[in-house]
Amino acid sequence: MSEEIVLIDERGLRVDGRKPDELRNVKIEVGVLANADGSAYIVQGKTKLLAAVYGPRELHPRHLALPDKALLRCRYHMAPFSVEERKSPAPSRREIELSKVIREALEPALLLHKFPRTAIDVFIEVLEADGGTRCAGVTAASVALADAGIPMKDLVAACAVGKVAGKLVVDLCDLEDKYGEVDMPVAYMPSKKCITLLQLDGKLTREEFEKALKMAIEACEKIYELQKNALRKKFETLSSEER
Amino acid sequence: MPIHVSRRAIVLPGELLAEGKYEAGANTYKEDDKIFSAVIGLAEIRNKVVSVIALKGCYVPRVGDVVIGVITDYSPTSWQVDINSPYIATLQVVDALPKPIDPAKENIRKYFDVGDVIVGEVMIFDRTRNPMLTTKGKGYGKLSGGRLIEISPTKIPRLIGRKGSMINMIKKELECQVIVGQNGRIWISASRPEYEDIAVRAIKKIEAEAHFPGLTERVRKMIEEEKNKLK
Repeated sequence: MSEEIVLIDERGLRVDGRKPDELRNVKIEVGVLANADGSAYIVQGKTKLLAAVYGPRELHPRHLALPDKALLRCRYHMAPFSVEERKSPAPSRREIELSKVIREALEPALLLHKFPRTAIDVFIEVLEADGGTRCAGVTAASVALADAGIPMKDLVAACAVGKVAGKLVVDLCDLEDKYGEVDMPVAYMPSKKCITLLQLDGKLTREEFEKALKMAIEACEKIYELQKNALRKKFETLSSEER
Repeated sequence: MPIHVSRRAIVLPGELLAEGKYEAGANTYKEDDKIFSAVIGLAEIRNKVVSVIALKGCYVPRVGDVVIGVITDYSPTSWQVDINSPYIATLQVVDALPKPIDPAKENIRKYFDVGDVIVGEVMIFDRTRNPMLTTKGKGYGKLSGGRLIEISPTKIPRLIGRKGSMINMIKKELECQVIVGQNGRIWISASRPEYEDIAVRAIKKIEAEAHFPGLTERVRKMIEEEKNKLK
């Protein structure tokens, strides 16, 4: 059976009606989990995930403790109901890799040397997956880390850029990721102008790559503003609650 | 040399606070000669020191801090104390009791048992080992009776107030004893249990409104209203 999926139609619009440089609707809520030291909930299009941060706290396998800085541990996990075909709860190779990749995207931003011999645990639980989960995960985890009061150089914002039906597009949804030609997730610290994650799945020419990176950085800067607004809103709600 | 934020402005991690001949204070970091915020909080500029009063943060011990801890474990010559920090503290028998005891003859649980609440001082703490406490000193030792509450350690300076103004007001208005631990724990003991309740509410109010001006007056007013309700 061959079904024609039109990824980009005659008007230049994508499957969900977006323009190539348009982000999905993003909503970030801070402090949603009472038990965690810091937490955030993000909805990006249909992708929904929770990020929780615990720490700095005592490391229990004592031999893992680092003498001069905190140990950042990260777990990316997809709930069995997050995808159409039930996903087994056991960590898959993809989840293990994404856990590592996300940790490496967040680590450069944190001032880990302030808490030697402790652990900072980040948990990302995907509730609904529609593409861009690792980027949304980094974005939400960064907000959760700030919510927990963990000192950092800057927030990390992330967004994926891809090539779909020959055109470069920003913030791929699941269909675009599956049927597109290129997927390039990028994580960026906008105040430091520093990239902390850059992956490429597919082939791009030199010019395409430079344009795609530029688009990704612009998207990250937009997401950065959303992260900051969500954090400021939390501060202001705390204040107005008591008045 | 520019300062980029107004005093007590809400700042976020990565936000540029000041440039030039300023010193990087608490919760900030310096890159070249620019000072940035490292956390969410309120910017504070005093003399030439730029710092941020964090909204949330864990307690990192400092030598000399008065802390309220809970005994969690013991060994023949020491106790392990939870001081509400990512670092577990140790209290050795030699630093707790005025006279040395023979661990073979006596069980140290006689003095402090698991679950006991103690007030002490951080004697030693550096980056290579966990903090060590001492309870030798005036006012230190086991706490009995009263109430123990916990607030975010970042709000403790506000609870104490400039030169103790806030905490002394609470002690006076509610005729109670209050011991404030730098680690966010507070012990209250009043002659009337209702007054203890009011004190707890007052402290929670301070925690919630720490970053607003005129707090001392508002808290005093609240205490007065609550006391009147009791009559």
